[in-house]
Amino acid sequence: MLTVRHLHARVAGREILRGIDLSVKFGEVHAIMGPNGSGKSTLARVLAGHPEYEVTEGQVLFEGEDLLAMDPETRARIGVFMAFQYPIEIPGVNNAYFLKAALNTIRKHRGEEEVDAMEFMTLIREQMKRLDMDESFLSRPVNVSFSGGEKKRNEIFQMAVLEPKLGILDETDSGLDIDALRIVANGVNAMRGAERSFLVVTHYQRLLNYIVPDVVHVLTDGRIVRSGGKELALQLEDKGYTWLEEPVGKR
Amino acid sequence: MTLELYRTEYAKARARRPQGEPAALAERRDAALDRFLEVGFPTTRHEEWRFTSVAPIADQAFAMSAPAVAGACPVNLDPFRFHGVCAAELVFVDGHYVPSLSTRAALLGGARAGSLAAAIAGRVVEVEPHLTRAAPFERSPFVALNTALFADGAFVHVPAHTVLEHPVHLLFVSTGKWDRESFLEETGKNDSRPHLLMSHPRVLAVLGDNSQASIVETYAGPDGARYFTNPVTEIVLGENAVLDHYRLQRESLEAYHVGAIYVRTARSANCASHSVSIGGALVRNDVVAVLGGEGSECTLNGLYLADRQRLVDNHTTIDHATAHCDSREIYKGILADRARGVFNGKIIVRPDAQKTDAKQTNRALLLSEDAQVNSKPELEIFANDVKCTHGAAVGQLDENAVFYLRSRGFGLVEARHMLIHAFLGDVLQRMPLAPVREGIERVVSGQLARALKAAA
Repeated sequence: MLTVRHLHARVAGREILRGIDLSVKFGEVHAIMGPNGSGKSTLARVLAGHPEYEVTEGQVLFEGEDLLAMDPETRARIGVFMAFQYPIEIPGVNNAYFLKAALNTIRKHRGEEEVDAMEFMTLIREQMKRLDMDESFLSRPVNVSFSGGEKKRNEIFQMAVLEPKLGILDETDSGLDIDALRIVANGVNAMRGAERSFLVVTHYQRLLNYIVPDVVHVLTDGRIVRSGGKELALQLEDKGYTWLEEPVGKR
Repeated sequence: MTLELYRTEYAKARARRPQGEPAALAERRDAALDRFLEVGFPTTRHEEWRFTSVAPIADQAFAMSAPAVAGACPVNLDPFRFHGVCAAELVFVDGHYVPSLSTRAALLGGARAGSLAAAIAGRVVEVEPHLTRAAPFERSPFVALNTALFADGAFVHVPAHTVLEHPVHLLFVSTGKWDRESFLEETGKNDSRPHLLMSHPRVLAVLGDNSQASIVETYAGPDGARYFTNPVTEIVLGENAVLDHYRLQRESLEAYHVGAIYVRTARSANCASHSVSIGGALVRNDVVAVLGGEGSECTLNGLYLADRQRLVDNHTTIDHATAHCDSREIYKGILADRARGVFNGKIIVRPDAQKTDAKQTNRALLLSEDAQVNSKPELEIFANDVKCTHGAAVGQLDENAVFYLRSRGFGLVEARHMLIHAFLGDVLQRMPLAPVREGIERVVSGQLARALKAAA
């Protein structure tokens, strides 16, 4: 469903991605691991269409369509969702309004009927329970004075409601305690299925105990230097990233 | 342009005044004219006018319309009315009251809302002690001009212990059409210069002890018309009186609007004044609130939008003249294109005004590189046991927030609109009158959509 070919990208004039090749099939979970500054988050943001990142070379196909030619909102509407590493605070816009409007924008794009307030509440109640979110959350402004854990849970909650085809988790586990990590992983696992894929960007192997990936990629210096099964993550946990500095994989 | 024009206008206006205007008022009007002719229009050398040049007003010829011309209204009033919401809706065309366009449902408990000129001529007792007293003309040339020239306006009186459930709406419309024929007839001068129309509406609102009311003033004119409106509102609150006041400035984008609101509160009175500026090429709003009785409260809310090369200048003064008074002030503005904003917020705490609690916030959002705002708090504190805080911020839309919203499916314009609306949220939420607030939200949204499309 997602094919990345020879992707190069830069931000503020600095080249971060130096030729990424990646292929994700429907239903797969791919983990992207790598040390700080390797380009993991850049890859996530480029796929979501962050305007500060400039693609200089390469191609990204999403269900056969040219993803890079689309603006961020179109990507969101056709089913690409990125859970932000640092979710943004939007003072003055409450969660319920925000999420209902987003959902309806996406439903409209899919040619589905918009949901009204009642239908919306029914729809989100189960998700809120799964992610251990209090009702009062709905009337609070988006991410304003949320704890780190609440912000991350909110991202997963939004993803659960918007039901994307591709979920990109940008270091969603960073800064989470073990309880919050379980809740977040639960939310993701409940969404796994034959029609949905995930790209899980993480610095730590720990998350992958809870969200078990089909494929693990190791990114260093803007390139994927090694790909393998879930056991690759465990090796990394043991040996750190340094043993990969002599790349063995395809070049 | 010579100030002589205003002498001529004054002579005309005096000749038109209804019989029965008290001599004392006539004398004050004479004095106000003299004062205006003595000081003239302010220039940017005056501290109070540093960022705002009124040269476009000073350099053009304006004339007031005669009531006969004003009787008909070529402007469609529907977009400006608040249908089915108000206890009374008084319509003024080019500064003259037009009963046939107005609705006056029965006001309860002897409350009154009607023509100020009629109230003056009828020697209504609540007029004389307050008119021209709350708004001293000595300090502002524009107030002096209004005092000399006002033909009519509104008089709202709510007797003691009376609560008006529904708002009173005062709708001031300018036609922007000057009638040369009647000018010739009246002055005998065949002036070939095209005059622009001006009006100087005056509002006096007197609320008795323990009374309550909501008053909305709207200023409007037809698209593209150039004219000058110079309204002055005087608000006098008795003990424990509560007023929720709105001034909604929706003039044509070519119009000049210089407006002033003067408030005086007695003990424990509570006044909220919301100033919303959407139209006008050159706009100056002065709000002066004197907290003259212990325990009184005042809320000043301001919201302004400007695009193109328009200028909106808000000057506010909150004068804590007595102890234990609270004031809350939030002004927020959005400036696009090459628009300019000015905010000057003065807070005076007099020596006896202990336990004053004053809070002022002023924020502006610039949507373009060329937009700018000049913002200045001015605190003059002469008491020692007080709480005064102020904060000002000027910023741009947070591009990360825009991206966040787009990544959730919102379009670019929609995302920006949402953030701007959120920026204005707390000012809007502080307007208690739901139908009026919603009306304002609609107008603001419409104007924003236009500005954002132009910017996109």
